[in-house]
Amino acid sequence: MNFELSEEQLLLKDSVERTLSRAYGFEARAKILASPDGWSREAWAQLAELGVLGLPFAAQDGGFDAGPVETMIVMEAVGRALVVEPYLPTVVTAGALLRRGAGAELRARLVPQIAEGGLVLAFAHAEPQARWTLCDVATTARRVDGGYRLTGRKSVVVAGGIADLLAVSARTAGARTDTAGIGLFLVDPKAAGVSIRAYPTQDGRCAADILLADVFVADADVIGDPEGGYAAICGAVDEGIAAVCAEAVGAMDEALAMTVDYLKTRTQFGVAIGSFQALQHRAADMFVALEQARSMALYAVMSVAEPDPEARAAALSAAKVQIGRSGRFIGQEAIQLHGGIGMTMEYKVGHLFKRLTMIDKEFGDVDHHLARLGAGGGLL
Amino acid sequence: MELGFTQEEIAFRAEVRGFLEAELPEALRRKLADGGRLTKDETIAWTRILHAKGWAVPHWPVEWGGTGWDPIRQMIFRDEIQQFPAPETVSFGTLMVGPVIHTFGSPAQKARFLPRIARLDDWWCQGFSEPGAGSDLASLKTRAVREGDHYVVNGQKAWTTLAQNADWIFLLVRTDPAAKKQSGISFLLADMRTPGITVRPVETIDGGVEINEVFLEDVRVPVENLVGEENRGWDYAKFLLTNERNGQARVGLSKARARRIRKLAESSIDGAPPRMEDPLFRRRLAELEVEIKALEMTQFRVITAERSAGEGKPNPASSILKIRGSEVLQATTELLTDLIGPAALVRHEGAGPEGYDFARGGAATYFNMRKLSIYGGSNEIQRTIIAKAILGL
Repeated sequence: MNFELSEEQLLLKDSVERTLSRAYGFEARAKILASPDGWSREAWAQLAELGVLGLPFAAQDGGFDAGPVETMIVMEAVGRALVVEPYLPTVVTAGALLRRGAGAELRARLVPQIAEGGLVLAFAHAEPQARWTLCDVATTARRVDGGYRLTGRKSVVVAGGIADLLAVSARTAGARTDTAGIGLFLVDPKAAGVSIRAYPTQDGRCAADILLADVFVADADVIGDPEGGYAAICGAVDEGIAAVCAEAVGAMDEALAMTVDYLKTRTQFGVAIGSFQALQHRAADMFVALEQARSMALYAVMSVAEPDPEARAAALSAAKVQIGRSGRFIGQEAIQLHGGIGMTMEYKVGHLFKRLTMIDKEFGDVDHHLARLGAGGGLL
Repeated sequence: MELGFTQEEIAFRAEVRGFLEAELPEALRRKLADGGRLTKDETIAWTRILHAKGWAVPHWPVEWGGTGWDPIRQMIFRDEIQQFPAPETVSFGTLMVGPVIHTFGSPAQKARFLPRIARLDDWWCQGFSEPGAGSDLASLKTRAVREGDHYVVNGQKAWTTLAQNADWIFLLVRTDPAAKKQSGISFLLADMRTPGITVRPVETIDGGVEINEVFLEDVRVPVENLVGEENRGWDYAKFLLTNERNGQARVGLSKARARRIRKLAESSIDGAPPRMEDPLFRRRLAELEVEIKALEMTQFRVITAERSAGEGKPNPASSILKIRGSEVLQATTELLTDLIGPAALVRHEGAGPEGYDFARGGAATYFNMRKLSIYGGSNEIQRTIIAKAILGL
């Protein structure tokens, strides 16, 4: 067992962090958020140039053959800098659907475009009634000549309003919550019958609700087995969980560093407030919470490759619970220890708190994952 | 990164478990699993079995009986012992004074004491805390005055665990009252049979008699029993306390207890429906398991970091293991007591009343485990260490 990064991984970490700290400071990010699109194609192109958009894909498909550790490195940096560009939906989750579900032809068509930064994807899976139950899919896909016709509604699809293609789940067979009978379809957002209502999210990204009314998808744009997409969905969500765990660790680390720095420099009653034991111990508790989160983010990375889906799900639920707990605690404490300045949009720590809060709401929150763990055979 | 154990490490774990299955008497295993305490003779008998195998003091230098295992193997060994559960060796000798002697002791001290600690020929106890010196350990008042070939020691030690079993005690004493408080302390080794040493047992809230007061009245300790240099004792104490903290995560114990909770909750106690049918209980168990897993992963990280930094370097991150290790162990006994329910009221002394075997190790262990966040540097002291040494506050 060894948690040290290899030389190549250290290089990746260094180049991603350096690029983001140069081009994606708090001021630069504020400008991006205020721009009409709400995200920066320029920043996206820089990520492509770094090679990180093709990281997890196989070299034969046009990727870089990297694994979950490399994704963790990138996501930690994304978390620290609060990157709003659609790395998670494009590369991590929709990317996982392609890697896990798509045939060679489709991969060869899409992966090079993703790696070059020319293709933004969204994972349009969630529906209003489903909360986080992954097999709850009411959207239907009806077999027609040469393809399928999709009808239904997808909600809070991150990057749904900016994506060039939507990876949509829809039911080809079975009842609403059956695990069998779910297919995955690539939908052009400009296709007839697609209406998109885009809106900003609490953490500065963009999302959309998507209405599909008899939308035609050709056979060539079906990802894998049209009745057997569930395994790929679970795998993509598990990879998404591991990725946001790393992102959260980056955000927590930054929030703690900012808080400690503030405690050292802010003076009241004639002394630095960090000299007060009441505050020292709260900062120490934040550190303990961060390290537990870091440990479980690594556990998530270790477990993503676990072949047994039940064991994998248990491990990732456990990681997500810890991240949710630590994220809420560190976020709240960071605001409290900063005092009034932490409440303002002019200061980064509040944005970190908001992103940490929203990470808990992606792919299932603490309550959801505790219930899932409780229903299983245990973690130990 | 290598995320996982190697084939050799997995085989090693199986070897340790095979040894425990073959050698540990079932009655001892049962007793430990039920939260019972071993007698002195039982502990000695088990230590001799470990010693014969060469596994009594794995973490010591090879020349003094160590196994040469790397930190990962040592961790696997401890984990298997704790999970089985099998008795752990007496930490005051093997984890505390032993490493101080083999690191700072004279050749004569090493030759005299180390083999006897390894075989548990000598049972050691720890003479650090005093009635007026707890968290502020360096304010200790026990005096040692040099008179010819002896130090004459006067004072009182508190919270001395299993002093009633002990043959020897290691003492922090003040040898230079004029010096700044950390600088005037020395580290002495004293035979418990020396005239002037009196032990008074103190019953704790769990009903056990584990701790004692030790009174020292004109106790003559030969100068040859001074460890290292006079007035440098605080350095050795800090070294010892860091080692102590590293051993306190005891993840294996928490894992074993969580498994016991699951097993018990899946069965019907007293004809009532299994507690696992209650989603609230399942949620609490899931929460506990997450905490244990996070602690275990943190321990892996601290131990692998130690392997690359070199052993014995004090790592302030070990304060995390002390804080979370104690809190998690306490949480396991809390949940077990809650699971037991009304039968938690039953007191088990000796045989105890019939029909309540499932309740053994419940409330009494819960009471006893409150000590964990107090001893070995209270969790508040650990937070101060993190704030100062890691965060720079």
